[in-house]
Amino acid sequence: MQDEKKAVPGLLLSNAPHIHAGQSLQSIMWLVVLALAPAAAYSVYLFGLNALMLTVVSVAVCVAAEAAFCFLMKKPVTITDGSAVITGMLLAFNVPPEAPLWMVAIGAAFAVIVAKQLFGGIGFNIFNPALAGRAFLMASWPVYMTTSWHRFGPTTVLSQAASNVAGLPEQAYDIITQATPLSALKEGPKLLTDLGVTPDAVYRTLFSPEVIKSLFIGNIGGCIGETSALLLLVGGLLLLYKRVITWHIPLSYMGTVAVLMFAYYSLTGFAYAGAATLFHLLSGGLVLGAFFMATDMVTSPVTHRGMIAFGVGCGILTCVIRLWGGYPEGVSYSILLMNSTVPLIDRFTRPKVFGTKHE
Amino acid sequence: MAFTTFSGGIHPPENKRLSEGKAFSNLSVPQLCYIPLQQHVGKPARPIVEAGEIVREGQLIGLAEGYISANVHASVPGKVVEVAEHPTVYSKRGMCVTIEAQGSFSTSGKPLEAVPWESMSGLELLNRVAEAGVVGLGGAAFPTQVKLHPPRNRKIEALIINGSECEPYLTVDDMLMQSFPGEIVEGVRITLKILGITTAFIGVENNKPHAIASLRNKLAEIKPAENIQVVALKAKYPQGAEKQLIYSLTRREVPSGGLPMDAATVVQNVGTIFAVREAVALGKPLFERYITVTGPCVKNPGNYKVRLGSRISDVIEECGGLVAEPAKIIMGGPMCGTALDSMDIPVVKGTSGILLLGREEARPADYLPCIRCGRCVAVCPAGLVPCDMVNTIEKGRLDLVEPSHPFDCIMCGACTYVCPSRRPLNHFIKLAQEKLRRRQKE
Repeated sequence: MQDEKKAVPGLLLSNAPHIHAGQSLQSIMWLVVLALAPAAAYSVYLFGLNALMLTVVSVAVCVAAEAAFCFLMKKPVTITDGSAVITGMLLAFNVPPEAPLWMVAIGAAFAVIVAKQLFGGIGFNIFNPALAGRAFLMASWPVYMTTSWHRFGPTTVLSQAASNVAGLPEQAYDIITQATPLSALKEGPKLLTDLGVTPDAVYRTLFSPEVIKSLFIGNIGGCIGETSALLLLVGGLLLLYKRVITWHIPLSYMGTVAVLMFAYYSLTGFAYAGAATLFHLLSGGLVLGAFFMATDMVTSPVTHRGMIAFGVGCGILTCVIRLWGGYPEGVSYSILLMNSTVPLIDRFTRPKVFGTKHE
Repeated sequence: MAFTTFSGGIHPPENKRLSEGKAFSNLSVPQLCYIPLQQHVGKPARPIVEAGEIVREGQLIGLAEGYISANVHASVPGKVVEVAEHPTVYSKRGMCVTIEAQGSFSTSGKPLEAVPWESMSGLELLNRVAEAGVVGLGGAAFPTQVKLHPPRNRKIEALIINGSECEPYLTVDDMLMQSFPGEIVEGVRITLKILGITTAFIGVENNKPHAIASLRNKLAEIKPAENIQVVALKAKYPQGAEKQLIYSLTRREVPSGGLPMDAATVVQNVGTIFAVREAVALGKPLFERYITVTGPCVKNPGNYKVRLGSRISDVIEECGGLVAEPAKIIMGGPMCGTALDSMDIPVVKGTSGILLLGREEARPADYLPCIRCGRCVAVCPAGLVPCDMVNTIEKGRLDLVEPSHPFDCIMCGACTYVCPSRRPLNHFIKLAQEKLRRRQKE
């Protein structure tokens, strides 16, 4: 009779399944960082050292705040998962390039400690931490948040286009060329009307092919990371290709904005409806928001139908804020507002359980 | 051409190359066989032999106890060493009949005489299936005679044969369909006769073109009177899950909490059909089966015929031994199989394969909080929201789990496979199912 063979030491025991798709929380987060990198690099090229400093400070404070909080709360330190780095990058992407460093540091600490860790850390926050940080800064230092724009020389597309407009008063010239394209659209026509000039000159300037092209490439004013639609799309497509995100939120969000804006401009008999729609799609944080912030997994719905509802909701709110709201830009507030509806959306978009009638 | 399928599901790397297309070979008979008396769902068989007794090959050694149970037979001729506890895949201490091989092989080696089953009644055929101790060979090991004997008031319209083999690595069903199409068609006809119907669908994933062709050619050659169709299905896991397979082939959903017969179908694995045919047409009890032995750690991966009760260690030795230290030994496929802690565990009726994974493939990792990415929702073939359900279970709120339909989980593991936080989602759901069942009993 043979000897009994002993149990083999070192054999792993676990429940099925025994294989895994491979993508981990960490690899997802670092892929997002990679996808944001081109836009970050471009911001330094466009705005200079202060943009780099703001990004570095924002990321450093986010990571340090996360480490310190986890340490003090005796929780496992989670900084290696990359999520704090993303929060830091996204917050920096959402502040003006000439903002003070201390301000972004406070915003970063708020984002990680209040918006993320106090809710329970990764996976449990209700609001996108970076956007919550931005909203906090908007409420606390609105002047810095709305005026610290980069001062371009007189050679930018907008400056040149604006200088071609005959009889443009200096105040209007400043507003159109120095702030963001969206604030130029919001404030410019109003100002001209007040001065007794027809706003058509501004529209002709803003909706010219040169400006649309600049919006796409990104050599134009705005927050640090939001200017280049092209580079953000490159990053977004990488995330789609790597299946980190799905098409549902970006497409439904941008599609809704496109449809509503075109409908609004067409119905109001606006001469530049097509160009204005493109202008809205490429300006402000829409591409950044649709691909990188609305798709934040923790704060968006879990079902595909829910994601579409979420994207449509973001799109509607963005249009409403841009067209009738007090702010020129509506992406961050619309995402934050939609974040709060996620549990509701999840509840109403539960898939049909196999073998049941739909409830 | 669009292939019929279900919604949800995953596409894990198939990894079938290791053993694909390798013809069956017989493993030599082990010196010692540990034959568990429980190799099936239901009550264990009652041992009817004692230590010291001499048994023939294929002799009945365990008698089915009760309605849901199955007979157990001697895999080798020889002397019963003991009837005692031994680790099995189902239990740390399962009762096993240990037989030391000796004497002559009365059943194998000789061509068995074909039985004129066509002149027998369905009930006679069913009894032959029961006598032979046939159970579901796909892994579930549910006694086949029970499945083939639905209550009289239930109308069965179609027999569904599961040849999808959607588990990565495994190739045994593929090889069975390629090597024994005639036997399988005969098995289908026998089973149809038992059920008293004439329609059967054989569902095969479209990544097995040779198996599909082999069955179709055989059907074209025999031209059976029954309506037997081979249907190519989209290669996607879990295509072979009973309810998903029925849906893919008939577009009928088995109602929540129901059985295949609620969709007027009976589902059998191709391996089971092969065993039914051997039991009925040859009168051969189920004491050996075909399995795949594979994985990067085994020297000669392939498809083998093996005696039930052979220990894993003997099987691996017969397959050339190990070429690398395995991190995990799995009985069955990598998605639904059981990880073993010992090489002493014997092959049973429900063993479709033995898979040895290295550390590289096993990728052990601790699990992290859910980040609500929704991948588990997208892949769940049952239409559940695993992430939310498991968060509730993790918080200990079993009272709130019921509306999430935990009992509709089919344990396919697709959610756990895709979870980036490595959460053992289906395991949590299984625990909840067990706790809820216990509560309902109290």
